[in-house]
Amino acid sequence: MTDALAVPVAAAPTRPVARAFATACLARGEVEIKQFFRSKDAVVFTLALPIVLLALLASIFSHDIPGTQVAYSQVYTTGLLAGGVASTSFLNLAVAIAGERENGGLKRLAGTPMPRTAYFMGKAIVVLVTCALETSVLLVFGHFAYGVAFPTSIGRWWTFIWVTLLGVTSMSLLGVAVSSVPRSARSAAPVANLPLLVLEFMSGVFVPFTSLSKGLYNFAGAFPLRWMAEGYRSALLPSYFQQVEPGHHWNYSAMALVMGTWVVVGLVLAARTFRWTGQGER
Amino acid sequence: MASDLVIEAEGLRKSYRRTVALDGVDLHVKRGEVFSLLGPNGAGKTTTVEILEGYRRRDGGHARVLGEDPERAGASWRARRGVVLQSCDDVVELTVSECVRHFARFYPRPADPGEVIERVGLSEKAGSRIRSLSGGQRRRLDVALGIVGQPEIVFLDEPTTGFDPEARRQFWDVVRGLARGGTSILLTTHYLDEAEALADRVAVVNHGRVVETAPPADLGGRREAPATVSWSGPRGRQSEQTHQPTALVKKLEESFGGEVPDLTVARPTLEDVYLKMIGYSAKGEQK
Repeated sequence: MTDALAVPVAAAPTRPVARAFATACLARGEVEIKQFFRSKDAVVFTLALPIVLLALLASIFSHDIPGTQVAYSQVYTTGLLAGGVASTSFLNLAVAIAGERENGGLKRLAGTPMPRTAYFMGKAIVVLVTCALETSVLLVFGHFAYGVAFPTSIGRWWTFIWVTLLGVTSMSLLGVAVSSVPRSARSAAPVANLPLLVLEFMSGVFVPFTSLSKGLYNFAGAFPLRWMAEGYRSALLPSYFQQVEPGHHWNYSAMALVMGTWVVVGLVLAARTFRWTGQGER
Repeated sequence: MASDLVIEAEGLRKSYRRTVALDGVDLHVKRGEVFSLLGPNGAGKTTTVEILEGYRRRDGGHARVLGEDPERAGASWRARRGVVLQSCDDVVELTVSECVRHFARFYPRPADPGEVIERVGLSEKAGSRIRSLSGGQRRRLDVALGIVGQPEIVFLDEPTTGFDPEARRQFWDVVRGLARGGTSILLTTHYLDEAEALADRVAVVNHGRVVETAPPADLGGRREAPATVSWSGPRGRQSEQTHQPTALVKKLEESFGGEVPDLTVARPTLEDVYLKMIGYSAKGEQK
């Protein structure tokens, strides 16, 4: 036992731990971002998907939501903002991590002295950057195509930001957890897509929430996506629109509570299920 | 003692469900040594290496790598040993240089990335995307990532599988260069010529046990084994086993009155002794 205690730490002059950690996080963030932006086709299609969906859905319903002067296209813009964030965080992470697990990228990183948290910080950086980009693109498109007003006050911007951050965090952690479900990288996309599509449907991303059955919409209230969408409506639509909402007001406490709970649940699930090596390796 | 041996493993055991993968593996690798694990597929080579690398838990036995238990060792230990894994398909959009620099940032005392790239013979490709590299080039990049932290010991698990002969020779030169620099190397392979060309000592693993550990030239009593002298005589091809081949050749020369037709003198090859050790009979059946 004595030799085990004698050799370690002193052998290499170690850098301050905090600096090594910061260096590793930045290194990961940089690589993730380079990897993403250099796959040009992936960038284009990732950004285009919600816009195309928005344009298609808005072309079906051109009138206003009954009892308001808010057009369906404007409500769709807020819904697809939430759906887009969910795709970029949940879907992209689940697929990317499953791929890296299968091709050995994770195993290689785990074999280096990289602090393991740095890997997740790198993912957080790329998800935040891509979400910011996608959200901006969609917001600008919604503004010019459908007259969606940009948030008109500091308070609305603040709502927009905290809703985005809570939504991205909860959906990302769930994406990390779901990455461990598929048996191979090839099945990762279908495995992650099904729950996401169901959730998007129930949460009023594809169908205006006013047209959903009450039971379904209530059930969706157990998950973060519905509240993210409501958060975006509260930040972007006229204030009187809250009369149409189920509780006739913007339910900020429910948004914070449900999304916050899923951050905790996602964190626990991700931490318990995450594996650095592929199936069959123990 | 700890500085003398980089790997100490005694009685390593591992089972997967009902299959016994390791049934008491003993290994002792000295500092500066190139040590090779030879064995058929499923013999337990990869399991042994992954336990020593810290990727797998053992069910039993004693293991120390660079003086620490790989199951418990932390980041500072991971900085002192290098693992060469297969293919960097996760970072194909990076260039060779970016990738090596990226991994260098995780280590407290990294080597100069440019120099590492040169050592593995990828200088010309330093600015190319990994996506565009050939299989052999990618594998050399894998080695670069395994050594950029200036490890004291490097683990190479079947590094040349799928290489063409030229790429294998180039790869061997990389390994020899590492060994000259004083890095200890644990190499698993199922190519006998590779073990013979590179290893100071070889351990043959079969059915989860080490059958024998010896320098390649001594393995299976090769050095003391009789030589086989063969020639074409009046009754066709003839051969004789002898411990004094020179004397026999001389006698043959006298009896033929000059050149002996189609004369060969052969020692058992590493392949011969290896196949015998893993229980492969001449009839071509696995015992």
